[in-house]
Formats: sequence, structure tokens, C-alpha cells
Amino acid sequence: MSDTIQQAPGATVDFVDVIKDFAGQRALSGVNLSVAPGEFVALLGPSGCGKTTALRALSGLELVDGGSILIDGVDVVNVPVNKRDMGMVFQSYSLFPHLTTIENVEFGLRMRKVAASERRRRASETLELVGLSHLEGRYAHQLSGGQQQRVALARALVTRPRVLLLDEPLSALDAKVRVQLRDEIRRIQTDLGITTLFVTHDQEEALAVADRVAVMRDGNIEQIGTPEELYMSPANPFVADFVGLSNHVNAEHVGGTVTVLGTRLPLLGERQPDGPVTALIRPEDVEFAVEGIPATVVASSFLGSLRRTQVRVADGLILSIQHEVGEHPAPGDPVHIMLRGRPVSASPRV
Amino acid sequence: MTSNAVRIGAEPGKLARRTILTVVGVVFAIPIISMMEFTFRDGLGGGYTLEHWVALFDPEQNSKYRQLFQAVQNSFVLAVVTVTIILFVLLPTMILVQLQFPKLRRVLEFICIIPITVPAIVLVVGLAPVYGIVVRVFGGSVWTLAFAYGITVLPYAYRAIQASITSVDMTTLSEAARSLGAGWLNVLWRVLLPNLRRGILAASLISVAVVLGEYTIASLLNRQNLQTALVQVSKSDPYAAVIFALLALAFVFLLLLLIGRVGSTRPGRKTT
Repeated sequence: MSDTIQQAPGATVDFVDVIKDFAGQRALSGVNLSVAPGEFVALLGPSGCGKTTALRALSGLELVDGGSILIDGVDVVNVPVNKRDMGMVFQSYSLFPHLTTIENVEFGLRMRKVAASERRRRASETLELVGLSHLEGRYAHQLSGGQQQRVALARALVTRPRVLLLDEPLSALDAKVRVQLRDEIRRIQTDLGITTLFVTHDQEEALAVADRVAVMRDGNIEQIGTPEELYMSPANPFVADFVGLSNHVNAEHVGGTVTVLGTRLPLLGERQPDGPVTALIRPEDVEFAVEGIPATVVASSFLGSLRRTQVRVADGLILSIQHEVGEHPAPGDPVHIMLRGRPVSASPRV
Repeated sequence: MTSNAVRIGAEPGKLARRTILTVVGVVFAIPIISMMEFTFRDGLGGGYTLEHWVALFDPEQNSKYRQLFQAVQNSFVLAVVTVTIILFVLLPTMILVQLQFPKLRRVLEFICIIPITVPAIVLVVGLAPVYGIVVRVFGGSVWTLAFAYGITVLPYAYRAIQASITSVDMTTLSEAARSLGAGWLNVLWRVLLPNLRRGILAASLISVAVVLGEYTIASLLNRQNLQTALVQVSKSDPYAAVIFALLALAFVFLLLLLIGRVGSTRPGRKTT
């Protein structure tokens, strides 16, 4: 790694009770979030949850209506966008169409009045970092979507910003390029040690790249934790449902134990009153068995490294089961299933 | 296309295209060629001469055509001031509305289109008292007519610039530039204007074309521009008037050709 693009140790980022309203609609209702130096945090949530607003508030593109945003302990809410020293990659292609690849990358340095030769050298190095040094002279319309986003990444990184902001940078790309670029972003981020916030609505993407994931809903952070924590111990049914796949099964809750399809499972998350609940069962927590609940296979799909099969149990309920590709259930086959004894999330049924 | 099947809604065949082109071409060419022929006529007696063309540039007859040359100069001044108004009033307004007040876009569009629906003669009725004040504030020089022209060219200039604005994601580009450390002036100068270049050029050129062809307002407000001078001169020297009309036509034709060229080139300066 060249020392010109070597990052100073990443900055800390703190959201303290951040509030943002759009024409009376609350987009952020008191968001609190602390990001450690060099950490990669993903903001995950359905559209309209406030994740992009939070990122734009940090970048300065949106002014907040309350609370403070601290970078390295200094409140920046009154600092204009162009003075905040953030690198940002946008969802839509944002390369300047009238400039070549290298001129695009140089833009931030030009704004900082860096001398021409130094500018060119640093831009070339950063393009090399994203693997595009051979396309220096191209215009945006001569690049593929993936290449454009790489250039945008280089452009954001070349000024050695304190924080890197990624606003769904992969959502316009096709599946294969998306995975490649996602892994590359993670590699570069780790190399540079730059504090990074990554907004996405794709839970797989968030779980794959982030050190920690903040799941948002209605302008609030519902849970923040490592991908494993979110998946294995979701704080509430919303998180359980949003992160990973779940079967929704009617169940009964009594004193911390949920009875689902005759199986007693420990309740995950906060305590809640006894009564009827909807339990969220992961497809990998259901398995085929010699004895157990009788079911009929409805459909089965091959997903590469695993297979997912839908079965119908006695009362018409359809369950999704994840299992090895070696098993080949055919539609109509009678089977037996059972639940693994893992703790489950459940929400009161109304 | 090798099949003989009739394609509904498809473009016309080669023969049809040529016929249409020829007919339209003839319709346009006949008056222009006739004008040209007229300027070479040697009086009513028949025969041809270059005399009328030479006379225009003959220093001895200079005084005779001074008024006409002055009018050409006036029209150019008017064109320049009108384009300045478009560039410094309309363009920044459109950019501001697009970036900061997108809800006002429809209102702005409506306002800019209005002048095309108001006949020039009606416009003058309203403008006459306004120019009473304009003359008091700015004096009675010819260039003040550009205030009126700034309004008459609005629909054309608006359309040309808006076409460019909608073809670029100005919001994202300006946000990207600002996040990279650019202040508003740099955003405008280094990012927005280069990407709106085509629209701005087209708007300027079409404004020039409109101003050079304007007669009604200038005539009724008693100002002299190319068109009013042409009408005046035609009464005493029809040859000179026709020659100038031809030259003006040729100039505007070149302008329009240029607009076409500007509109068809890609934003990149070079391609690999």
C-alpha cells in the first residue's frame, strides 16, 4: 500500500439524539449511534426507515432538526457539506460526465488546491487501488456500471476523508458485479482503516461486509450488533423478520417458553405477557426427521450450496425448510419434520 | 429491410423521403433563389449586373446605406444583451429551481411559455407604458429593447436549457461535487455549466436568431433594428433590402446549423 493513500487512523462518529423532519414527517426520531475508528457499520432497513437520511445528515447534505453529530468528538451539525471532509459514494451514477476518469478522481484534490503533479500522482494511485488505472482517459459513458462505481469510490477516497459514506452504492449493479465490488470495498476499507458507514436495504449485503449492522425502522435504530448477534439473537421480531428468512407460525407463549407445533422452545429477546404469539422460525431450524410432524412437500428449489423446500403441515400452514442439496424431496412426497431446539423470536398475536 | 411487408408506423421508404425532401426544398428554395435573382437584375430592362452588391460596400455610397449598417449594429447589440439576460437571469433561475425549489418547476415552465401565446402586437400594447419608465431609468438607447426581447425569447431559451437540465442528474452531480469540497461557485462553474453547455449554447443561438428576425416590437416602439431598417430601405432601394434580407437569412441558417451540430455532439471532448 502506498503511503499517500494510507489513512490516518479512522475517526469516531457519534450520533446523539439526532432528529430530522421532512414537512412534518419524522425521518429520524432521536437516533443514537457510535462508530469506532476504522469500523465498518451498515445501516440496514426497509425503504423509508431513515437510513439514507441518517447518512445524508452525517455528510451534511441534510440539516438536522435536533441532536448533534460528532466526528472525533467535535460537533459538525453546523459545518457545511464541503467543509466536512467526508468521502461519499452515491446510489445513482454520479461521475461528472464531462471529465475523464482521472479528472473525476482529481476533482476533490483540485478543490483543495493540491498542485497539478501531486494531484495526478495521487489520483493515479487511487485508481490503481480500485484496479482501474488502465481506464484513466475514459469518460463515464464509456464505463460499465461497476467501473463507474469504482471510480466514484476512488474519487471519494483520494482526499483521504475522515469518514467514508456509501449510500447503496451497489444497488444499480447486477448480482455478480455487486458481490465482487462489495468484497472489494471491504478489502479496501480494511486496508485503509477508514471509518465507513454503508447504507443498504439488502440484508445479505449488510451481513456480508459490516463489522456491525444497525437495523432501522421508522427513524429509529431497532438493534445494533455484529451480523451474528443480529441473526442469532434478534432483539425483537422486526429484526428477526428483517434479517434472514423466517417462517411465521402461530404459537403459545407461557413464562418464557414458546410452544410451536407441539415443540417447546425458549423465547428470545425481551420478556412479554403470556398468550398467543407469532413465532419466527428460521428455515435452517426446521429439519426432516424419521418421526415428527407429518407434512407434504409443496415445492423444492436448488440454491447452489443448499436446497430450500416448502412443506404443508396439517392445518394448511406452509413451512420453509433449508437442508442439504443431497436430499431431493419431490412435490407431493409425504415427509416428517421437526424443529431444532433453538430459541425463537415471537410477537404477541392480535 | 428485405421483406416487402408493410410496416405500420415505420419510417417512410426511400422514394417517399426523397419526394418529401424535394417538395419541401423547392418550397423553400424558390423564394430564396428568386430573391437572389432579383438582386442581380439590372433595372426593369432585363440583363444582370453585380452593381447592387458592389454598391453596398462602395465607400462613396456609404451614407446611403449608413442607416442600414447602423441597424445591423443595433440588432447585434440587442442580440448580445438578450443573450446576456438569458444567461444571467433565466439560467441561474432554472438551476436554482431545479436544485432547491423543484416544486416551482411547473410554475416556471408556465411563466416561460406564456410569451409564445401572446402575439407581439398585444405585448407591445402592454410594453408601451412600461417603456415610458424604462426610458426614464435607462435612457432611450436601442439596447433597452432587449428587455422586451428577453421576454419574447423565453419560451425558446427555456426549452433548450430545460432539455439539457433533464438529461443530467444535476442534484446528484452537485451533491457529489459539494461532498468533494466544492463550494457553490465551483459546483456551478466546474460541474453544472460544462454539463449544460449544449442547452446553453442552443438557447443563446436561438435567442440570437429570434432577435435578428424581430420586427413588430421594434417598429411599434419606434426603435430601429435590422428588420425595421429593411422595411424602410426597401421603399427607396429594394435591391439593398433584399440583399440584407438574404444575408440575414444566411446568417440565421448558419446559426441553426450550428445549433444542430452542438446538439448532436457528445459531452466528451475526446473519445478513445
